[in-house]
Amino acid sequence: MGPVTVIHSMSVKRHILMTTLCWTAASMTGNAADDRIDFNRDVRPILSNHCFECHGPDAEQRQADLRLDQRSNAIAVHDDVAAIAPGNSSVSGMVERITSRDEDLVMPPPDSGERLSDQQVAVLRQWIDQGATYAKHWSFESISRPATPDVVPADWPKNDVDAFILARLNASGIEPSKEAERATLIRRVYLDLLGLLPSIQQVDAFTRDTQADAYERMVDDVLQSPHFGERWGRHWLDQARYADSHGYTNDNERSIWPYRDWVIEAFNRDLPFDQFTTEQLAGDLLDNPTLAQKVATGFHRNTLINSEGGTKADQFRDEQVKDRTDTTGLVWMGLTVGCAKCHSHKFDPVSQAEYYQLYAFFNSTVDRNSVTPTVQVPSATQTQQLDELSTLKASLSEQLDSDPDVEKRQKIWEKDIVVKAKSATADTDDGMSWQILPLSGKSTKDSTLSSLGDHSLLVTGTAADSEEYHSTARSPLTKIRSVRLEVLTDDSLPNKGPGRADSGNFVLSEFWFRTGDGRELRFARAGAEHSQAGYAVGKAIDGKGDTGWAINDAPEGSPNRNRIAWFVLPETLEVEEDHALTFKMQFNRKMFSIGRYRLSISSDEWVDRPGAAQLATLIAVEPDKRSAEQKAKLRKAFVQSDAELADLDRQLTETTKKFDSVKRSIPTTMILQELEKPRQAFRQIRGDFLRPGESLQPGVPGVLPGLPASDTQRDRLDLARWLLSKKHPLTARVRMNRIWMRLFGRGLVETENDFGTQGTLPSHPELLDWLAAEFMQQEWSTKAMLRLLMTSATYRQRSDTRTDLVNTDPQNRLLARQSRIRVEAEIIRDLALAVSGKLSPRIGGPGVYPPQPEGVYAFTQRKKNWKTSQDEDRFRRGMYTFFYRSAPYPMLTTFDVPKFNQVCTSRDRSNTPLQSLTLANSEALFELAEIFGQRIVEEGGASDLDRVHFAFRTGLARSPALAETARLQNYTQHVRKQFSNEEKVWTAVARVIMNLDEFVTRE
Amino acid sequence: MVYKGGCFLAHLIARNCKISHGLTPIKHCRRYRETMKHKSPSSNHPLLASTRRGFFGQAGLSVGSMGLASLLADSCSADTAPRPVAKAKAVIYLFMAGGPSQLELFENKPKLTELSGQTPPESFMKDRRFAFLKGTETLLGPRQKFGRYGESGVELSALLPYHREIVDDVCFVKGMVTDVFNHGPAKLFMQTGSPQPGRPSMGSWVTYGIGSESANLPGFVVLQSGPRGPRGGSALWSSGFLPTNYQGVPFRGQGDPILNLKSPADYDRDAQREFTDTVSGLNQLRFDSVGDPEIQTRIAAYEMAYRMQMSAPDLMDLSDESDHVLKMYGVEPGKPSFANNAILARRLVERGVRFIQLYHTSWDQHGAAESLDGELPLRCKEVDQASAALVKDLKQRGLLDDVLVVWGGEFGRTPMGEERTPAGRDHHIDAYTMWLAGAGIKPGFTLGATDELGFGVTEGRVHVHDLQATILHQLGIDHRQLTFRSQGRDFRLTDVHGNVVKEILTG
Repeated sequence: MGPVTVIHSMSVKRHILMTTLCWTAASMTGNAADDRIDFNRDVRPILSNHCFECHGPDAEQRQADLRLDQRSNAIAVHDDVAAIAPGNSSVSGMVERITSRDEDLVMPPPDSGERLSDQQVAVLRQWIDQGATYAKHWSFESISRPATPDVVPADWPKNDVDAFILARLNASGIEPSKEAERATLIRRVYLDLLGLLPSIQQVDAFTRDTQADAYERMVDDVLQSPHFGERWGRHWLDQARYADSHGYTNDNERSIWPYRDWVIEAFNRDLPFDQFTTEQLAGDLLDNPTLAQKVATGFHRNTLINSEGGTKADQFRDEQVKDRTDTTGLVWMGLTVGCAKCHSHKFDPVSQAEYYQLYAFFNSTVDRNSVTPTVQVPSATQTQQLDELSTLKASLSEQLDSDPDVEKRQKIWEKDIVVKAKSATADTDDGMSWQILPLSGKSTKDSTLSSLGDHSLLVTGTAADSEEYHSTARSPLTKIRSVRLEVLTDDSLPNKGPGRADSGNFVLSEFWFRTGDGRELRFARAGAEHSQAGYAVGKAIDGKGDTGWAINDAPEGSPNRNRIAWFVLPETLEVEEDHALTFKMQFNRKMFSIGRYRLSISSDEWVDRPGAAQLATLIAVEPDKRSAEQKAKLRKAFVQSDAELADLDRQLTETTKKFDSVKRSIPTTMILQELEKPRQAFRQIRGDFLRPGESLQPGVPGVLPGLPASDTQRDRLDLARWLLSKKHPLTARVRMNRIWMRLFGRGLVETENDFGTQGTLPSHPELLDWLAAEFMQQEWSTKAMLRLLMTSATYRQRSDTRTDLVNTDPQNRLLARQSRIRVEAEIIRDLALAVSGKLSPRIGGPGVYPPQPEGVYAFTQRKKNWKTSQDEDRFRRGMYTFFYRSAPYPMLTTFDVPKFNQVCTSRDRSNTPLQSLTLANSEALFELAEIFGQRIVEEGGASDLDRVHFAFRTGLARSPALAETARLQNYTQHVRKQFSNEEKVWTAVARVIMNLDEFVTRE
Repeated sequence: MVYKGGCFLAHLIARNCKISHGLTPIKHCRRYRETMKHKSPSSNHPLLASTRRGFFGQAGLSVGSMGLASLLADSCSADTAPRPVAKAKAVIYLFMAGGPSQLELFENKPKLTELSGQTPPESFMKDRRFAFLKGTETLLGPRQKFGRYGESGVELSALLPYHREIVDDVCFVKGMVTDVFNHGPAKLFMQTGSPQPGRPSMGSWVTYGIGSESANLPGFVVLQSGPRGPRGGSALWSSGFLPTNYQGVPFRGQGDPILNLKSPADYDRDAQREFTDTVSGLNQLRFDSVGDPEIQTRIAAYEMAYRMQMSAPDLMDLSDESDHVLKMYGVEPGKPSFANNAILARRLVERGVRFIQLYHTSWDQHGAAESLDGELPLRCKEVDQASAALVKDLKQRGLLDDVLVVWGGEFGRTPMGEERTPAGRDHHIDAYTMWLAGAGIKPGFTLGATDELGFGVTEGRVHVHDLQATILHQLGIDHRQLTFRSQGRDFRLTDVHGNVVKEILTG
């Protein structure tokens, strides 16, 4: 790992000290010569790092009642001495203590392991002597637009950005770098804006464009690409901690990709950042919100959900609200407000009460560690399909109903059935292949469930007011679609049962099951031999505890006979053989539980086709006494067997099936929804939600501008508007800094996730303010700002390391050159797809499953269902790879994609042997090298030289140097000794190109 | 291109001396360098070499305007305490993830048995924090029979029969205490010295500090076994703010130890070599042109990747182990297990790997489905034999003098039972047991004791930071001096705490 470009952003959060950069910066701008001490630049970092922990904002930790973060307290006399005597360092208590040689007196105390350097002491002395002036922390000062400085050469700047950069370079006597080569520039722009490569033709067209504004036009073109939303959307999704699963140990799949689509689309249409923010934080609270605005609130639904057994919803709801609070603080304000959960912030002016006031904004949503609330998000095609299918359905039904002879023919048919039924003995054959499950069961109350020889369970003991039966068995099947429930009579039951009520009836309120790996399965439809009026079997799967299936009022008279109900899953469930299944029956009517039952499963989809005996019992009922349900059942059975109508009926069934399946396939997405009555928020003592302190209303930290006056309780919409107020000092600065970071490798404020007092100071404070002001003036247009930054001379510089700057500006803080940046994990996959020519241009939609090595789930709690995509989805952009938090796609992790359990504002950029192994050997990437190899043979010309050029330029845009060509030609000849097949030879070359440092680097 | 041996250490020294603010003759630095050179015969290892390059890059970078020269100069005007003599060449850390119950394994408490079922005395409960307890729980006596074993007469429960054979080789630390009582944070605290993710793991610190003797394998390897992955995940072996090639590399216990280790079909050893050379040759040409040190790191990474490919199959192939040895560990070839990982750990140290974390999960016996009576014996059965075998095997091979073995969890378990059946215990941070063996640790020795109910430490208190300081000390590193400057602050594994536990060292 070359530490040079590693940016360990995630570790930065807490312990950031002023780096020596501020000294460097001071000397570079010539401020060192001016011995005026600047509080924010020179003094605050020292105090913040070494003093504030005990003499700062946190009252609980404060020692000796001394605060050094407030001038009034610091200069006050404590015990006859003022810690700071403005104008006179020699009588200042602080100076005495920091210079003391007495172990009992010296500050910071020796056991802290910290000690001020002579230089730091000198700074503090000088500052006190100069009057000990304090200043508000820079990032809390309001944003004003600084004047653009004059620079030499005056013609270097292409816009204001360059003037600020060049001014600093001028002051340090450093020349900027030359503009990069055209091929480098176009590759840079494509990678930064799209995460894709320009084709050779696009490179050539740009290189040959001799007009003065060739570059600007190229940038404008690229900004129009619909892939722009994917690249910049993905950056945003990092901050949204987007993933396709719930997290924690069960880590079940979730559907929230419509939110991802919304983000992509928002970037593509350049939705202004203020609206973009408002819709995500509070889209649901806008007047008459559109579906899209509701979908946008998915931003804060990307929090984890714990579905582990025994989980307390309130505890995890609290976690989710805290996460939303912390994330909002970091994403929009660059503040580590989360540090104030358990105690007041040690360094920044955010008290614990203020933290829970921010928390209060998020405390009143409906979700409680739950997937709900969700909305359905039909695509245009789906809406159209549903319209068409329902029209067709209506027309088919009408045709069926309009046959004038139907009654007559049915009468004849009914007679036949009665005859037929007499010859048939039993009617349990439903044409399905069932596996009876050997169950073991228990009740949540006092009932005892014991297994009989036929694998049925007999219930004894006292029936309760409400109870659940949990019956468990190992699945003999690997595919499950239907479940059969037989309720059985038994002599031990009242009236022989099968229920436990005095009549032998029961009410099955809810029926569902769970897999051993934690999947909760609900049925899509159900059928029964017989349902009591008002207690249709469908009510056992309607999710409502106060409805259910019962069996009284049997057409045959007695309810006390065996009955069958069938339950069908929306789609086939795949499980491992012998996987545990736990069936849950809920009974909410006093005593009305089932007395004896048996369960079977089948891989087949059960369809409702009653047999002759069952029909005969219906026919036995006088036609005018038949219930609507009975009538319908008979009519259906008749129509199915009627020569004239069977075909129409089949069409209707199929159309209905299609309609249902389209309806089911409409994706849902998780959204925020406000409770009618807000939940009360409290300060939590030591951050423990079970220990509420005083109650609090939604509010914002006092150090920032206040909320406008209002009579009603503030909600998320007020918070969003406050963040976007032009008076807010942080939002625009933080956003512009992160945009800058994407284009230059690091932010103007290096600690892009900490604009508080522990963060680093901006390297170019005036430029940052100018950009923030410009951003608001451009009405928060991201594309306008990107265009501005990318057309600057600063951006267009070469990225080569400069020997003259190795000592003076090794981190390239002064921007006398561009930086080389290793592209992100998803983009590495995209580049491989791009060179192979296989990249699917499809934008949006649910997650996909590219090939991945075996053994990925060896150490997850639950094995995942990874069905490797075989069609176009195999070649979709990396950002669409299905993301399990507990076991992300390994290639992504290897290249520093975090698990998105929390907000990620910038990623690490590591460089490891595991990455080399992935690029060189992984099935997913080698498969693309093979396709690239074929492409070289097909499109790269006839000679080795032509093909080498083609391969090189396809991957790297520029033409190879002579030495590079020679090296690749040698390799070609070498592998040709091994492979007679030309495609294999060029696959080898393709593989080399795809493994080059430059291939995965934006230069 | 390749910096000559010792530069990296000079850098280390430079950093060390810088922090200790004092004066010492240049000689001292040299002596240290010599010692370390002796310890790192493979100083020409390309990855290390590149690392050194990297460090010089970083040295220039991370301290802003201060150049390398001044750093070095600084180092030689610095005062340092005498450095510890390295006793350990490698560490095998057997991490029992979840928190094994000291009261069912190591701590026989007759008084607790006597008071079992009673409310704990208030004086014991004062100021203690628990993860799940509701406050109504009662004391629970140890649920296992204990006996005394070995010349040292150490008490062990019936759950650890194989441990009886090593009691005279290991040192029990009965006064362990930690700060945090949830699994993820507590594991991180144990491995990184901080409960929050983002700091370098102990193995990263060590390989950063003294490198590795393995040219073909990563210096810091992670092995996992047990019913599922450890909570805390990859943050437990993260390199934090240290360069990422110091992060722990998770190996799988069978087959290819690392994903993507196999070259594509058609690429034999020579073809993969030629591929690697071509990629590196072209990368070198680019480096010559643009000068980005990151390219050198990538060249080194490809070289290391190639070497891992070549050496891993031999590492994983247990066919050269005698039946006797396999039997001693209880290895069933081809089946992933703790035993399999334990024998791999020995093979890794034989190949010069510096630090091996070995996780075995699901020691979290709260009761009910995870009970002390049902689950705990299973866990013990999974690790007891192989833990003992590892110590015996290392000893037989003469390796125990150079290899430090550490055994224990992130915390212990409460003297109170939880209100679940069958019985279980909650997390306990104020007193628990770990053991260490080898590399200058007193064999057959027990340090520390707890009160009669096992609530707190009465003597020989060892805090997590003390344990970390001691492990580093045995590796020849002063924990106060192994630091890394990140974002303007010097960080170390032990934060600002930690004392070497001298009482358990042989001298």
